[in-house]
Amino acid sequence: MSTESIAWPSTGAASPTFVDHLHEWVTTVDHKRLGILYIIYALVFLVIGGVEATVMRIQLIRPHYDFVSPQVFNRMFTMHGTTMIFFVAMPVLFGFANYLIPLMIGARDMAFPRLNAFGFWMTAFGGLLLYFSLVGANGLYGAGNAPDVGWFAYAPLTARTFSVGHSTDFWTLSLLVSGFGSISTAINIVTTVFCMRCPGMTLSKMPLYAWLNLIMAGLVILAVSPLTAAQIMLLLDRYLGAHFFDTQAGGSAVIWMHFFWIFGHPEVYVLVLPAFAFASEIIPVFSRKAIFGYPVMVGATVAIGFISMSVWAHHMFTVGMGANANTFFVISTMAIAVPTGIKIFNWLGTMWGGKILFKTPMLFCIAFLFQFLTAGLTGVMLSAAPFDWQLGNSYFVVAHFHYVIVGGILFCLFGAFYYWFPKMSGKMYNEALGKLHFWLFLIGFHLTFDFMHVPGLLGMPRRIYTYEPGRGWDTWNLIVTIGVFFQAAGILVFIGNLLWSYYRGKAAGSDPWDAWTLEWSTNSPPPAYNFAVIPTVKSRRPLWDLKHPDDPDWKYE
Amino acid sequence: MFALIGAEAAIFTIFVVAYLFYVGKSLSGPTPREVLSPPIFYTVCLLSSSLTIHFASRSLRRANIRSFGAWWLLTIVLGAVFLYGTASEWHRLIYKEGLTISTNLFGTTYYSLVGLHGFHVVVGLICLSTVMVFTVFGDVKQEHAERIDVLSLYWHFVDAVWIVVFTVVYVVGR
Repeated sequence: MSTESIAWPSTGAASPTFVDHLHEWVTTVDHKRLGILYIIYALVFLVIGGVEATVMRIQLIRPHYDFVSPQVFNRMFTMHGTTMIFFVAMPVLFGFANYLIPLMIGARDMAFPRLNAFGFWMTAFGGLLLYFSLVGANGLYGAGNAPDVGWFAYAPLTARTFSVGHSTDFWTLSLLVSGFGSISTAINIVTTVFCMRCPGMTLSKMPLYAWLNLIMAGLVILAVSPLTAAQIMLLLDRYLGAHFFDTQAGGSAVIWMHFFWIFGHPEVYVLVLPAFAFASEIIPVFSRKAIFGYPVMVGATVAIGFISMSVWAHHMFTVGMGANANTFFVISTMAIAVPTGIKIFNWLGTMWGGKILFKTPMLFCIAFLFQFLTAGLTGVMLSAAPFDWQLGNSYFVVAHFHYVIVGGILFCLFGAFYYWFPKMSGKMYNEALGKLHFWLFLIGFHLTFDFMHVPGLLGMPRRIYTYEPGRGWDTWNLIVTIGVFFQAAGILVFIGNLLWSYYRGKAAGSDPWDAWTLEWSTNSPPPAYNFAVIPTVKSRRPLWDLKHPDDPDWKYE
Repeated sequence: MFALIGAEAAIFTIFVVAYLFYVGKSLSGPTPREVLSPPIFYTVCLLSSSLTIHFASRSLRRANIRSFGAWWLLTIVLGAVFLYGTASEWHRLIYKEGLTISTNLFGTTYYSLVGLHGFHVVVGLICLSTVMVFTVFGDVKQEHAERIDVLSLYWHFVDAVWIVVFTVVYVVGR
């Protein structure tokens, strides 16, 4: 997005052609460009995944509807889940991390710029591989299309016998490939945070954004690797006739569940920690107060990181693991609500007594606080094993995790888009359109996901193609589907706002929010080298010190 | 490199867990007790290569390029001998004992765990040989000692994993 501002010697005096631009972007190792590539890539997949969700919701709008065939419906929920987790949420959060971490810690780039580019292109081609299945999965068998085994692909559904053609292979390979990309990006983030901080920035003076992403990267390293291992096993099963998940030969289908969820649950925290990180940057700036309880925030994050590695089997209460295992996972799952609750209180403490400015980023963060709290509460409900036996695999669970991912993560992400858009593009977004997006999306979100809990409580299982009339599910499903259109309208307004503001928006200046972290001290968009002089910091709010030399922070920290 | 090792360790952990989980669960033969014997000699080779690579990087820090090259070459040879050991064991298992990856659960987990480790040895050997080529052409100098240390960290990791794999496959699993 910032191509105009950078003069490249190779293009000389003539204005660069489209091919020059393309070449620059494809071969770039600049963390800001890679960050933007990640973000745009994720936005494209957000639209694709959203269309898949819409198809599902239209199918479920009334009983006995046949908008699509059952086969297509299965493909839709598989592709929707896989796309949204691996090719929307992870890339977009990596994109922001890539863009912001070096700027926030006063570095000129990530620690390994080429590894960074490698990570992006692995992720990118992983996504393409998944969607290539639409044409390529037929193979020699004349069977198969997009993957249709669900996003957690339980065995033995993935065995050759039950999944002919190559659809499952495409699913496995795309996650394997993008998994390598994620791991390399995570290694890069860890190294950057540990080795590239500017003079004076000790770990305890680092912005919370960098802290939370550091923990996130650690979780990626520990959580995505098991998924990679499990995918290798699945490939061995499918191609070399191994028996890891083959119950006919003594293998175990349950062990796939364990391996998948050892990845799957920390993954939730991989996604939510960067969302917390956005909130931890945005809420203080728009409350005009320093973050409340910085050391406790860091401690709570580390605690979440540790506990999240020991909660995975709460996805498996209905499998029948026995009383001891169930008790352990009930307790650990409830325990993780504690540090998360601490964070909620800290954000509230930051807002308390602050001079709150209700700009679009702040609106999204306030909605996040409320919705994430609700999502956490249904999470605690589901963490009780007997309750989960009743509601496991129902629409209540679907509503719960969408409340986390959409109501928590996506709302923070929209806040982050509006907050850092002026920095990334140099232009100010349109506030009125931003507020319209917020309200449309808020209404749509609550219509869809509040009311989705109810058919779940009434016994509607997830992943059903259609249902009988007269079970009390009809009206609820209608309301849920209506909400989807509000959300889609919100997304259209959002993308329109980004495009319009990029081409027509007012210049934003380097520090439109009067913020305090280092990225606001350089130009918008930042030059390729980020900082002409590497800054030296003395406190957690270096720009506050700069703007208020009479009352600097470092006297009190 | 520590971060990469963390990720690698997680991958190995999953394969080790799978191996331990499936010990004794095979529905048909051959069993580990019938066909496996601990490869003591090759294990000693691999583990001593950790020592030689340590001497190599110490020589480089002291700017003794010749001794660095000698220790480095010895490391590669020891690694290659180990790899030959794995290869000959697999050859025996496949052609004499008729154990392949699809024979039973033991075959599945054995080949994937030992194979994953062997793959890491191969990657390590490729990296080590690349450095060896640079050394022969005189491009490795004292200032590269830190990078060599990072590479030797990886090699130490591969050796340490073998201790785990050896324990799991040849001691516990038999």
